[in-house]
Amino acid sequence: MERIPILKMGPFLLVTIQIDLYDRLALNLEEDLVKMVEKTASKGVLIDISALSIVDSFMGRILGNIASMSRLLDAQTVVVGMQPAVAITLVELGLPLNGVYTALNMEKGMYLLKSMMDFNGTQQEDGDHSFD
Amino acid sequence: MEPSKKMEIIPLTRGTMMVFKDQDVVPFRNEVKEYAERIKMGLVNQTKLITAASEMVRNMLKYANGGLTIIEIVSRGPQSGVRVTFKDEGPGIADIPQAMQDGFSTGKSLGLGLPGTKRLVNEFDIKSIPGTGTTITIIKWANG
Repeated sequence: MERIPILKMGPFLLVTIQIDLYDRLALNLEEDLVKMVEKTASKGVLIDISALSIVDSFMGRILGNIASMSRLLDAQTVVVGMQPAVAITLVELGLPLNGVYTALNMEKGMYLLKSMMDFNGTQQEDGDHSFD
Repeated sequence: MEPSKKMEIIPLTRGTMMVFKDQDVVPFRNEVKEYAERIKMGLVNQTKLITAASEMVRNMLKYANGGLTIIEIVSRGPQSGVRVTFKDEGPGIADIPQAMQDGFSTGKSLGLGLPGTKRLVNEFDIKSIPGTGTTITIIKWANG
């Protein structure tokens, strides 16, 4: 079965979504990622969605789920590379992805995760973060 | 004079596609994108249109196990746009005003399907007969 690859890099997991996901693939990714967080005791998950031209409510929900589930397993999730048109559309649709950390690109996302780890478990509870 | 309000909407190109399973959503979205690109719709409007179409097709899959979609390039006076129609033979919607309220949903989604979609497009029309089916039509103008 087709799957989205998950790369381990130090204490973080990296996922780059390169194709438009159909539902089954997105659900598999959600499950694989959460299992992988537990197995590797990762502290952070970085999801690059720069290649996604569309994020609808289904995909938005998957991203939110991944963030909430990972948080329960002591890992933070940062979504990086969202296209401006996607951001505009998500807010108008009424799905601002509250509770999901975001960063402009992979590098800044990594920086955000590292800074959250340095706080050693005293991260802020909620809200979006972007370093620019 | 307000020409665009009164002018007739004329369909130019037309394509149909049946959507019955999750895997049909991505090819359907690509088809909508192709039509939007053909009339040189801007990226933000394209994204809004495709997202709106995606929401509607998901609703159709969830509540009616799929149905027929019609994608058209339409013109009204000097404007051109993309019209997408979703026809299903599902249970129908008994109370449309209620379904159009933010936060209302009978399914297990977040309930931003219909009102959220309406905000993304220029024209939104819904007709439904309980027990017979629902037809939803959306239009996004190229520079709307």
